[in-house]
Amino acid sequence: MSIISVRDLVVEYGGRRVLDGLNLDIEAGEITVLLGGSGSGKSTLLRQILGLEQPKSGSISIKGTDITTCSQADLKTIRRSVGVAFQSAALFNSLSLEDNVALTLREHTALAPSVIDLIVWLKLAVVGLAGFGKLHPQELSGGMKKRAAVARALALDPEILVLDEPSAGLDPIVAAELDELIVFLKETFQITALVVTHEMHSAFRIADRIAMLFDGSLLAVGTKDEIRANQNPRVRQFLNRVPANPMHRPAVAAYLERYVQSQEAKP
Amino acid sequence: MANVLEIAGRETLSQLDYIGSLNIQLWATLRGMRAALPLVGNRHRWRAAVHQMLEIGVDALPMVALMAMCSGFILAMQGASELRRFGALHFVIDLVAVGFTRELGPLLTAIAVSGRSGSAFAAEIGTMTVTEEISALKVMAFEPVEFVLAPKYLAALVAVPCLSIVGAFFGILAGGLFMFFSTHLDLLLYFRYVLTSIELRDVVAAMIKSLAFATIIAHVGCLEGLRVRGGPDAVGRSTTSAVVRSTFLVIVADAIFTTIFYFVGKT
Repeated sequence: MSIISVRDLVVEYGGRRVLDGLNLDIEAGEITVLLGGSGSGKSTLLRQILGLEQPKSGSISIKGTDITTCSQADLKTIRRSVGVAFQSAALFNSLSLEDNVALTLREHTALAPSVIDLIVWLKLAVVGLAGFGKLHPQELSGGMKKRAAVARALALDPEILVLDEPSAGLDPIVAAELDELIVFLKETFQITALVVTHEMHSAFRIADRIAMLFDGSLLAVGTKDEIRANQNPRVRQFLNRVPANPMHRPAVAAYLERYVQSQEAKP
Repeated sequence: MANVLEIAGRETLSQLDYIGSLNIQLWATLRGMRAALPLVGNRHRWRAAVHQMLEIGVDALPMVALMAMCSGFILAMQGASELRRFGALHFVIDLVAVGFTRELGPLLTAIAVSGRSGSAFAAEIGTMTVTEEISALKVMAFEPVEFVLAPKYLAALVAVPCLSIVGAFFGILAGGLFMFFSTHLDLLLYFRYVLTSIELRDVVAAMIKSLAFATIIAHVGCLEGLRVRGGPDAVGRSTTSAVVRSTFLVIVADAIFTTIFYFVGKT
């Protein structure tokens, strides 16, 4: 049975339909990559899955509980088994890196402080930040922040790891390191991961299954090979990086021509 | 004409929406407040509340004391220049004592705190909203109201009345210094006169006002922060708006309370 299942999800913002009857199943122990361009609704879908917003209709169940109708207490219980690393890392700026990772452990568990210190050290070591625990988020580079966010997401040993644009704004080397880390986590901890991204390269590196989102509905779902073989024109366009509205070159050229002439005409 | 009505209607609705949100937030915070209390609550929230108390109260002490002393001198001198003409210079003591206990102590403190801490709340929470820290708190199974708002509100409820007392004391002290230098009235004698002119009712009224002001400042600041949508410029606007709105509401509330106490006091 799938660990997350989204059924007929409809989301509207001020009358504009962002997600239109979306169905998606995420299998336990797999890395599912949610791929889509800007404005395709992938961030919206993510916020829905995390229970941060209420849908207009449809249901989302995580581990068999429908989070759109369940009580706040049930939602909290489910949230403890989901680790999230946001796009902007969203580390608490007032806390050191250690305290950021330790926060949920201190508040949601009855572990002894020495045990918590050990767990925090381990989680930071997993993402390669073992020696940086005392630093504050503002003292870190972008890539370190993202990795720290992953460490924090892992703090409670979640069954599901959700990563929003883990490689956005990072240089290719750091992005590749993060991809390695995600695959490593899946292989060592049998974690279920949902990764939202628009980077084709990283998607095809890490994914067991890819879901392509376009204009609020799913265009294609399948393994890497199935997606590569997909003949849907939109999918092909995304894979081959074809611009959606090719620039009207003659119009641009004419504009530049006029601009140059007007500059030359000036005394 | 229809346009004017439309604008008036929209403005009224948005103001009502604001007041409504403020009330909802107030009740939610009161419900979450238990967690911030010492002994019965969560010690992390209590620690955050104490930290806030120091920030709102202790750090503002020099400023409030200086503001109150300056206002004390002003009130004493303005009063003296008129009262001297009737040979009633000693009424300056009553003017300063009653004026500061009932009115200026709480009001000056509220204005200082709304400038210092109301804006800080809005900026802090606004930044947390923009950087997804509030969303992160939710997905980490924390209640933002309990985690962020309750300690701040509790701290304001403790710190603002304390500051008001300090403010009133320094205002009255300034009046005493004025009397000492202008009429060589002994300071101890001055304070004895002060104590005979203040009634317990004045002090209670001042405390009620201070609690109301603390509520307004904390909740307007937090609500402005939570309503931030967009980027860093929105945080700036919310900070300004927090100070403007809370100062305005403090003065409106002061007028209402003073009217109530005036009519209650007559019977």
